[in-house]
Amino acid sequence: MAMTARQRARVSLYVQIGIFVVAVAALVLATDWKTVGNSVFNFGKIGPMFPDIFLVGLKNTLIYTFLGFVVGLSGGLLLALMKLSSFPLYRWIATGYIEFFRGVPALLVFIAFGYGVPLAFGVQWNVTLIVMISLGMVASAYIAETLRAGLQAVPKGQLEAARSLGMPQWRAMVSIVIPQAFKIVLPPLTNEVILLTKDSSLIYVLGLTASQYDLTKFGRDGISSLGAGLTPLLVAGAFYLVITIPLSLLARKFESRSARTKR
Amino acid sequence: MNDVVNSSAGNTGTINAAGVSIKDLRKSYGSNEVLKGISLDVAPGEVVCLIGPSGSGKSTLLRCVNLLEQPNEGAIHVGGFEATHPDVDIDKMRRTVGMVFQQFNLFPHLDAKRNCTIAQTKVLKRSQEEADKVAQHNLERVGLGHLSDRFPDQLSGGQQQRVAIARALSMDPELMLFDEPTSALDPETVGDVLSVMRNLAKEGMTMLVVTHEMGFAREVADRVVFMDGGVVVEEGVAEQVISAPTQARTKEFLRRVLDPTHIEIEE
Repeated sequence: MAMTARQRARVSLYVQIGIFVVAVAALVLATDWKTVGNSVFNFGKIGPMFPDIFLVGLKNTLIYTFLGFVVGLSGGLLLALMKLSSFPLYRWIATGYIEFFRGVPALLVFIAFGYGVPLAFGVQWNVTLIVMISLGMVASAYIAETLRAGLQAVPKGQLEAARSLGMPQWRAMVSIVIPQAFKIVLPPLTNEVILLTKDSSLIYVLGLTASQYDLTKFGRDGISSLGAGLTPLLVAGAFYLVITIPLSLLARKFESRSARTKR
Repeated sequence: MNDVVNSSAGNTGTINAAGVSIKDLRKSYGSNEVLKGISLDVAPGEVVCLIGPSGSGKSTLLRCVNLLEQPNEGAIHVGGFEATHPDVDIDKMRRTVGMVFQQFNLFPHLDAKRNCTIAQTKVLKRSQEEADKVAQHNLERVGLGHLSDRFPDQLSGGQQQRVAIARALSMDPELMLFDEPTSALDPETVGDVLSVMRNLAKEGMTMLVVTHEMGFAREVADRVVFMDGGVVVEEGVAEQVISAPTQARTKEFLRRVLDPTHIEIEE
């Protein structure tokens, strides 16, 4: 008995829905709801987290992310230009840097700057500076690759037109090529900010005073002090979504805008 | 489209036209020699059209004049500059040479007026006010004074190319290079661009034009240069080269261009 293509598609859809329902049901039945209720969804005891997780934690996470992004953007632009340079030494340095910092876990970078540098040079940096540098150096590597792609996506004729108007190379880059490259990479750049927001949580490896706590540190602290199991982490996670979901929507808006203006 | 030029007035002053002198120019990409010893002189105020089949080297020759391509051998003089001298100030020389591209290459993030002012303010250090005035004048000169706040993607191809010409003119060039300026245009907008170029020629601008528009070459050019395979095959007065070519290759090329539907039956 042969089915038409439409019938086959419908049967396939029913099968998929069926599998999904069975999987959810199995998960629900297998869960120990009593324990989960006590240790993950125990919202009765989290009162003491407020308002500090909001006033201090959220604020600090935003500040750390912003500082890391500023350093990452400047470093990333410099590395991207170096990588596209006609001078081989610059290309090698940039490639080496990018491969290294994209390859090692960001956690190790935090530890290196938080503990290694003070030990090696006998300097005592404050937490904000360590976060700014660690996060910034990791972000530089990722942003450099994004910006390089953006710079290369600007048609060669743009540089030629600028140069033939008598602009020196640097001026043509600053006034003509880089602004267009930024417009192209706005959506992926927004995604970098989302990643940075989450990576900023790695400062938990540093010794922090209460006023330096970020969202994750508040969550971890709550686990040990509130007796509500993992619930405080769930609350911290929700605050991350408060930051990242609007950024996601922003990225999507940039994407649709650049799709519209493209001819 | 009837927003076309009718201005015969010059720019801020009279055009200070420069001449070009090219001697034994050679250019290779790897082992592929594209220009095999080209010599060509263009007098101040003269209009010269470069014609020839694609791959003949005419665009490369044009791009060597403002050093978008670096020649391997030979000498180029543009006005008071020796372009091929190792110590030449390339940026200073390029200010005197306007270039118009096949693909317009307008700056898409700037409106028409800002396209015409950015190099004025950043390179010539003119005040924004003065640059605006010059830009508006040149946009009017190409018949687009009323569209100065449009962005490139809001303009037709022909309008974009005329903005590109206004952008080049805003630097008060002494020489204009045109690299197939109408090849990427819809047929109905070609005329507007050509008439802007015709006016520019009348005003006394030195022009070096790579083109397939034989009608334009015949009417506007003082001289026509036919290139093929990296050499100048034939050059002379426009009317003579186009109507009565002496070289077999020129005849063959012109026959194909002027009568593309003609079918030759091989024996």
